[in-house]
Amino acid sequence: MSADPAPTFALWATLAAIGAWLVLGAIGLAAPRRLRFVSRVLFPLGCAVGAALAAVALAALDDAPATLVLPLGLPDLPFHVRLDALSAFFLVILGAAGCAISLFSVGYFRSSDGTAPGLVCFLYHAFLASMAAVLVADDAYLFMVAWESMALSSYFLVTTEHRIPEIRRAGFLYLLIAHLGAIAILLCFGVLQGGSGDYAFDAMRSATLAGAWPSVAFFLALFGFGAKAGLLPLHVWLPEAHPAAPSPVSALMSGVMLKTAIYGLLRVGFDLLPFHAWWWGVVALALGLLTALYGVVFAAAQTDMKRLLAYSSIENIGILVAGIGLAILFSAYGMAPLAAIAATAVCYHALNHALFKSLLFLATGSVLHATRERSLGRLGGLIHRMPWVAGCALVGTLAIAGLPPLNGFVSEWMLLQAFLFTPRLPQSFVNMLVPVLAAALVLAAALAAYVMVKFYGVVFLGQPREPGLANAHDAGRPERVALVALAAGCVALGVFPGPVIGLLEPLTVMLAGVPALAPGQGSWLLLAPISEQRASYAPLVVLVVIAAVVLLAIAAVRRLWHGRVRRAPPWDCGFPLLTPRMQDTAEGFGQPIRQVFEPFFRMERELPTPFDAAPRYSVTIGDRLWHALYLPVARAAEAAARVVGRLQQGRISVYLVYSFLTLLALLFFVR
Amino acid sequence: MTASGFLSQLLQLAVALALAPLLVGWVNQCRAWLQNRGAPPLLLPYRTIHKLFSKDAVVAHGASPLFRLTPYVVFGAMCCAAAIVPSLATDLPFARAADAIALVGLFALARMFIALAAMDVGTAFGSLGARREMFVGFLAEPALLMVLFTASLISGSTSLPTIVETLAHRELGIYPSLAFAGVAFTMVSLAENARIPVDNPATHLELTMIHEAMVLEYSARHLALLEWAAALKLFNYSCIGLALFLPAGIAEGSDWLGMAAAAPLLVAKLAAGGFALALIETLSAKLRIFRAPEFLGTAFMLAVLAMLVHLLLES
Repeated sequence: MSADPAPTFALWATLAAIGAWLVLGAIGLAAPRRLRFVSRVLFPLGCAVGAALAAVALAALDDAPATLVLPLGLPDLPFHVRLDALSAFFLVILGAAGCAISLFSVGYFRSSDGTAPGLVCFLYHAFLASMAAVLVADDAYLFMVAWESMALSSYFLVTTEHRIPEIRRAGFLYLLIAHLGAIAILLCFGVLQGGSGDYAFDAMRSATLAGAWPSVAFFLALFGFGAKAGLLPLHVWLPEAHPAAPSPVSALMSGVMLKTAIYGLLRVGFDLLPFHAWWWGVVALALGLLTALYGVVFAAAQTDMKRLLAYSSIENIGILVAGIGLAILFSAYGMAPLAAIAATAVCYHALNHALFKSLLFLATGSVLHATRERSLGRLGGLIHRMPWVAGCALVGTLAIAGLPPLNGFVSEWMLLQAFLFTPRLPQSFVNMLVPVLAAALVLAAALAAYVMVKFYGVVFLGQPREPGLANAHDAGRPERVALVALAAGCVALGVFPGPVIGLLEPLTVMLAGVPALAPGQGSWLLLAPISEQRASYAPLVVLVVIAAVVLLAIAAVRRLWHGRVRRAPPWDCGFPLLTPRMQDTAEGFGQPIRQVFEPFFRMERELPTPFDAAPRYSVTIGDRLWHALYLPVARAAEAAARVVGRLQQGRISVYLVYSFLTLLALLFFVR
Repeated sequence: MTASGFLSQLLQLAVALALAPLLVGWVNQCRAWLQNRGAPPLLLPYRTIHKLFSKDAVVAHGASPLFRLTPYVVFGAMCCAAAIVPSLATDLPFARAADAIALVGLFALARMFIALAAMDVGTAFGSLGARREMFVGFLAEPALLMVLFTASLISGSTSLPTIVETLAHRELGIYPSLAFAGVAFTMVSLAENARIPVDNPATHLELTMIHEAMVLEYSARHLALLEWAAALKLFNYSCIGLALFLPAGIAEGSDWLGMAAAAPLLVAKLAAGGFALALIETLSAKLRIFRAPEFLGTAFMLAVLAMLVHLLLES
């Protein structure tokens, strides 16, 4: 580490962006009820700040680390900030996704009986600014301040519609788990400083931790950041809070905020901790894959489109944590090139997920606005009414399902390469475990395709399930631009992986010590991590070949035969009385998964009898972990509170006795 | 990419396009013989495709542009796969564009489009078919990848040309892992190509259909493209199987002479493979849809076992 790298333009620009967001928020706070001003002026400005931040951070990716000590904070605890490749990369994610989401928000927020628009604007920009501050923080103090501001501002954003009791409940659960995580992170920093009392990250990097302390710090970080990311078993807040929040906020939380947890894990795991133990990697790998499977299986059973996407976020976080585990495993054994591939796959997937999950959450926002409906059972056929939203959502759907030539496939491909080319690891059982664990990853990816067919097919395809859907309207112009930009990002990241990985090189070198692409292998067209003989992938060629065949086939059919089309009622094997209710519902589409993965769920079925006049069938899907883990803890807490509650007699004389006894006890001890 | 390499690539693609319906015709003929029926003509699939292309396309009222685009995309994905799978020669220009994992991704792309198109019109059979197809797919895809991973671990590469060259040149030892992988691959291919015991290509009972239920709403040129794409899929799977388990004879490099020598061998191998497929279909009965997970789960476990056997015994 260089002694004191000078602050660069990029660092100043990042701080200026944080300041600008805060100022925009403050202006919004000053004009709480002026919806037009807030949405036509403040959100576009916030969007411009995001774009500038992304550009600056992108340019700063291969700069040397820059640091600065700000004269803010407590008298003898100034704020340290630092911009290195890791921060810059996550700032790119924040800036790019934040830019598109702010643009979408221009037309999204309406006056409602919830939080006033100006206040939403303040909270939204404070949320953005605090995430940026988390990413540049270089001491535990600033990090925790920013982390908590992030949690608080997002809590208030989640509870925008605070008059609805379920939303208040979801917000409370989120706040509770966020704070459990924050405590673990605080303890982790406490361990990392190694008794020196210096909470700057630089001091932590040079601190020597003896014995089991590095492991304690790593698992505290895994717990703390896992709580924010939605890692099993701390995932329960995610499917509650994401659907409760307004769609742009869900997009920001899922697309960007979850990534700050991944950033934190990378920062602690690869920067602050001096070394890695192989079994950390195995634990993270197993936990990540379990989370991925759990998330995707639950996503398949959901009937609310935003809950479905929230569970899919859990799956993606699982994949990211599994990748981190793999990188740790390889770097613990000194296999830097493989660690570099795994780390690149993690970063690439974080970027991809930020794009396609923001895109899909924003698309659900448009659907929600057009139809006022979140339940999959009351949607359908929107591709006719909302062609722009449906087209962009199709790109996002294909990308998140991990299909070539889009971006989700690139990161999964890289990760599978890392899984497969495990050379001889010293631990023979780990050596066997790693390729077999690839099976779990592949299963999760294949299930994700199932989930996304369900999502897209039920929302956008088929016949409208409710008559009101005929009045649905497409998204407004700013929303369209935001959706198209995100979809274009998905395509570009999918088709040009070589240049993107080239840009990520400084980051990979920082995390793993070597670049992911062996020098001289591959080209901008052909992605070949180790050598072309080993594995190669050229998505542009795939795209061009498919597009060429499609165009040639269309031309040839027209030329050789004809292009006549006749419209007729659907065939459906000659059945003439087709109604929209005969299509698969979301429950029906998820039924095979529910049946195969029955042990995962806690199902309550209500079956009709043959004699019911109005037969009703209902099934409620519950989370076993909620009943096995959370409810007992809640009951225990309540029981403890009841015991402590006995102290509360409500009479002043009793409280005076308590004070007296306390004084006596203190006198006895302090003597 | 040289001009002659590009031409060899086009030649392989053309051979695939031309042979795929023939393979389907051959399998149908063998099956009819084995079942003591009068066999349909060998060239019937070509005639069907030509007939369908000549007809007027009938599209349902509620169909979106996605419905009309899907046959072309599915056909394009299958052509792309046919260009990548080493059937005649290994070292073709496009072969490096996608490795084994990307190949499985291409099949998944086609499956996703066809499932979405099936849901597009909003009929009961369409969404039933889409659901079942994705249900079979989410189990078959990992199993197929595990088979390919086993071959990749043996040859230290996921690149199909390298896999074929390694497997073709290995010393005459026995690879027990490949035996397990072969069984798993056969089971997956049956499921993925809508064959008995998972699906029945000749069924007329809508409730048991999977692939046929998805394409019920298609007619004329759209149906022709989908049928051709399905034939190409069968051809591709057969060629992957041959490349992994009987790689001898595939030309290494991209010279014309080698490809000309490889072509008759390919036809002979495909004929044998097609007969074996007809035999399997004749000897087994169709499973209920909820027995399919057991069937495919077995394939998945066998493929994982193949990988473990390789890691335990062969490395």
